[in-house]
Amino acid sequence: MAKKKNTEEPTAKPAGGLFAYAPAPESSAAAGDIATSYGHFIGGEFVDSSGSEALKTVNPATEQVLAEFAQGTDEDVDRAVAAARKAFADWSALPGSERGKYLFRIARIIQERSRELAVLESIDNGKPIRETRDFDIPTVAAWFFYYAGWADKLDYAGFGPNPRPLGVAGQVIPWNFPLMMLAWKIAPALATGNTVVLKPAETTPLTALRFAEICRQAGLPKGVVNIVTGDGRTGAALTAHPDVNKVAFTGSTPVGRAIAKQLAGSRKKLSLELGGKAANIVFDDAPIDQAVEGIVNGIFFNQGHVCCAGSRLLVQESIQDELLDALKRRMATLRVGDPLDKNTDIGAINSAAQLARITELTDAGEAEGAERWSPDCELPGTGFWFKPTLFTGVSQAHRIAQEEIFGPVLSVLTFRTPAEAVDKANNTPYGLSAGIWTEKGSRILWTASRLKAGVVWANTFNKFDPTSPFGGYKESGYGREGGRHGLEAYLDV
Amino acid sequence: MSTVAANAPGVAGSGLQDVAASEASLRRFLHGLPGVDQVGLEARAAALGTRSIKTTAKAYAIDLAISMIDLTTLEGADTVGKVRALCAKGRTPDPTDPTTPRVAAICVYPDMVATAKAALRGTDIQVASVATAFPAGRAALPVKLADTADAVAAGADEIDMVIDRGAFLSGRYFDVFHEIVAVKEACKRPDGTSAHLKVIFETGELQTYDNVRRVSWLAMLAGADFIKTSTGKVAVNATPPVTLLMLEAVRDFKAQTGVQVGVKPAGGIKTTKDAMKYLVMVNETLGDDWLTPHWFRFGASSLLNDLLMQRQKLTTGRYSGPDYVTVD
Repeated sequence: MAKKKNTEEPTAKPAGGLFAYAPAPESSAAAGDIATSYGHFIGGEFVDSSGSEALKTVNPATEQVLAEFAQGTDEDVDRAVAAARKAFADWSALPGSERGKYLFRIARIIQERSRELAVLESIDNGKPIRETRDFDIPTVAAWFFYYAGWADKLDYAGFGPNPRPLGVAGQVIPWNFPLMMLAWKIAPALATGNTVVLKPAETTPLTALRFAEICRQAGLPKGVVNIVTGDGRTGAALTAHPDVNKVAFTGSTPVGRAIAKQLAGSRKKLSLELGGKAANIVFDDAPIDQAVEGIVNGIFFNQGHVCCAGSRLLVQESIQDELLDALKRRMATLRVGDPLDKNTDIGAINSAAQLARITELTDAGEAEGAERWSPDCELPGTGFWFKPTLFTGVSQAHRIAQEEIFGPVLSVLTFRTPAEAVDKANNTPYGLSAGIWTEKGSRILWTASRLKAGVVWANTFNKFDPTSPFGGYKESGYGREGGRHGLEAYLDV
Repeated sequence: MSTVAANAPGVAGSGLQDVAASEASLRRFLHGLPGVDQVGLEARAAALGTRSIKTTAKAYAIDLAISMIDLTTLEGADTVGKVRALCAKGRTPDPTDPTTPRVAAICVYPDMVATAKAALRGTDIQVASVATAFPAGRAALPVKLADTADAVAAGADEIDMVIDRGAFLSGRYFDVFHEIVAVKEACKRPDGTSAHLKVIFETGELQTYDNVRRVSWLAMLAGADFIKTSTGKVAVNATPPVTLLMLEAVRDFKAQTGVQVGVKPAGGIKTTKDAMKYLVMVNETLGDDWLTPHWFRFGASSLLNDLLMQRQKLTTGRYSGPDYVTVD
C-alpha cells in the first residue's frame, strides 16, 4: 500500500485583538492515503505510463512534494482513447435511465467522501478548506446529481428525438477548481452517452486520480472514464488525437487559441472556456455593505484564481471614497494562511509560476503609476503566498486593467455615468462575466442588456449552479457548460 | 422641543445636527441611507457563522458571553422569590467554580426593580428594567414616561424601552424620534446622572432590513445608548442578519459622529454555539471596542446554563449534563 506523507502545517496568521481565534486545523490525514507515485487510469485500471518521465505535485502551502505522477506520453493517450472508444459502443447503447443510475451513484459517493475530497483538494491546490468543504465539493456532487437527472430525459432537452452522443471526448481542465472542473466536464459527457479521456492540470492531479477510485467504487463500466496525467504536452497529444470526437478545454486564452488552430478543419466539436477580466460595477445607489462583500468574494475567492473573478472594480466616482474605505476595512479582516485552518479566508497561490506571474503584473501596475495597497498581514515563511491587493488610480491603459492576473489583485477604476460604466466594462478582449450593484431594478436590466459577458450577476457575484449555463463571449471562449445548454456540447446536434 | 444635538452630543459638528429638525428632513435622511440587500446580508451572517472557535478562543468567548448576559425574567408569573433566585444565579452563575464571571445585568419588569436592586447589593451587576408599556408599547406617552420614571426611581440602572412600531410602520418617524427623546429625559435622576437607555425595535415586527437600518439611525440620533433587537415576546426575535445589520449601523454612526452606541440582541439565543456566532460578528464587524459588556449584551435566560455546561466541559473535559447546573 502506498505510503502517506507527513505534511507540516504552515503557521496560521496570528489574529490580533482581544478575540484571537485559536488554530482550528482540519486533519491532513483525512485526505486518505496519498500514494508516493501514480500512473494513469485507463480501461478501469491504474496502469503505469509507457514512458519514464514523472512529474511532482507539491502542497503549495508548504512546498512539500505530495506525490509523483506520470507524464503522459503519446502512447498513453493512444491507449486511453482506445479504451474510451472500446467502451463507447456499450455505454452509448445503455438506456438513459441506466447511465443515470451510475451518475447518481457517483454523486452519492462524492457526498459520502466529501471530507476526504475537501482535504485532498485543499492540500493539492492550496485553497482554504472552508471553500473546498462549503463550495467545491458540494458543487461537484450537485453537478453529478443534476446531469444524472438529464440522462433519461434527453428526448425532451429541445434537440429533437433521441439525440446522439458524439463519441470519445478529450477533456483538459485547469488547476483552479480541479475536481469541480472535472465534474463540469465529465457529468454532462457521461449523461449524454459519451466516454471520456480527461487530463487534469499538472499542479493538481490528485483529486482526479481519487475520482478514478470513485468510478471503480461505483462500478462504472471500464473505459467510460479514463484519466491521463501530464503537462501541456499530454494535453496537446489528447486534443490532437484523431479518434477524439469532441474537445473540451478550460484554461488560458493562448492555449485555447492554439487548440482552436490545431482543430481547425477537423470534424471535432470544440468548446472553450478561457480567461476573463470581469467588471464589477458599483452604482451610487448600491447596497454598500453587501457590495463590499460581493467585491471581496468576487476577487479574493479562491485567491483570485477564478476565470470569472471580478478583477476590475468599476465604481461610480461619487461614492469612490466611501466604498474604498469600507473595502479596505473589510480587507483588513481577511485571514491569510494555512489552507487547512477552518478560519482561513485566503490560502496559498497554486504554484511558484503563478506567484511569479502575479508578482510581475503587480510590479507593472506600480511602475505604470497605479497606487498599491494591501492590509497588514503576516505571510507564512514557506509556500507560495500573496497578500490581498488593491490598486487605485488605475486607467484603462494600464496592464493591470487589461491582462488577466489570476490572483488576489483588484484594479479599481471609476466612472461617472451608466453609459461610461458599460463602455469601460466592455472595453476588454474578454467577456466571461460581470457584476452590477444597484438597488434600482430597471438599472440592473438596462446595464445587463448592454454588457458583453456570458454571465451577469446582479447584487451578487461568483454564484454557480448546475442548472445555469456558464460560458463566455469574445476571447473568453465559446460553448456553454451547465444547464440544458451544457448538453448541446456533447450531443450530435 | 429637544434637538438632536442636545441628545447625542457628538452629533454636533458631524453634519447631522439638522437631520431631525423637521419631519421632512428626518424622513429624507432615513430614506437616503444605503439600501440593504437581503440575500447578501444573510449570506454574510451565515458565512461568519462558520468560524471555528476552539480551545483558548472558546474559553475566552464563553467567559465573555457570560459577562455580557442580561439575565432576564419577564413573565406575568414573576414573584419576589423568582427574581431573588435569578439575582443569586447572576451573582454566582456556577457555585462549583468561583472563577466563573458574573452576568452583566438582571432584567425585570419595573415593579421588580427594588427587589432586584436589593438582591444585588454589593455587586456591580446592573439592574435593567423594561418600560414604556413593554412589550407592545401601546399606551399614551404620559403613561410610558411615568412607567420609565417609576423604574428609575426604584433604582434601575438601565431602561429597556420599546418603540412605537405602529408609528414607525405608518411612517411617523418624527413621533418615534420624540418619544425616544422624551424617555431619555425621563431616565434622568435627581442627582444629575441618568439611567442607560436601551431602545428595543422589535425587528420581527418591522420585517424589512431597510426598516432595521432606518430605525437604528433614528434611535441613535435620538440619543439611544444601546439599540436592541427584540422583546423576546414575538415569533421572530434576534437573528444573526438583523444583529449584523445593527452592528454595521453602530459602526457607521461612530465613524460619522464619534459617538459609540451598544448593541443587544435578545430572544432566541439559547446555545453556546449561537452566542459564539454573535461574538464572531461583533469581532469581525466592530472589533475590540465593542467586545465588552459595556457595549454588547445578550438578552437571554436559558443561554447561561448552556454556557456553564460548555465551560465545565472545557475545564473538566467531560460534558456533565443539565443536572449539574442550577435551575432557577
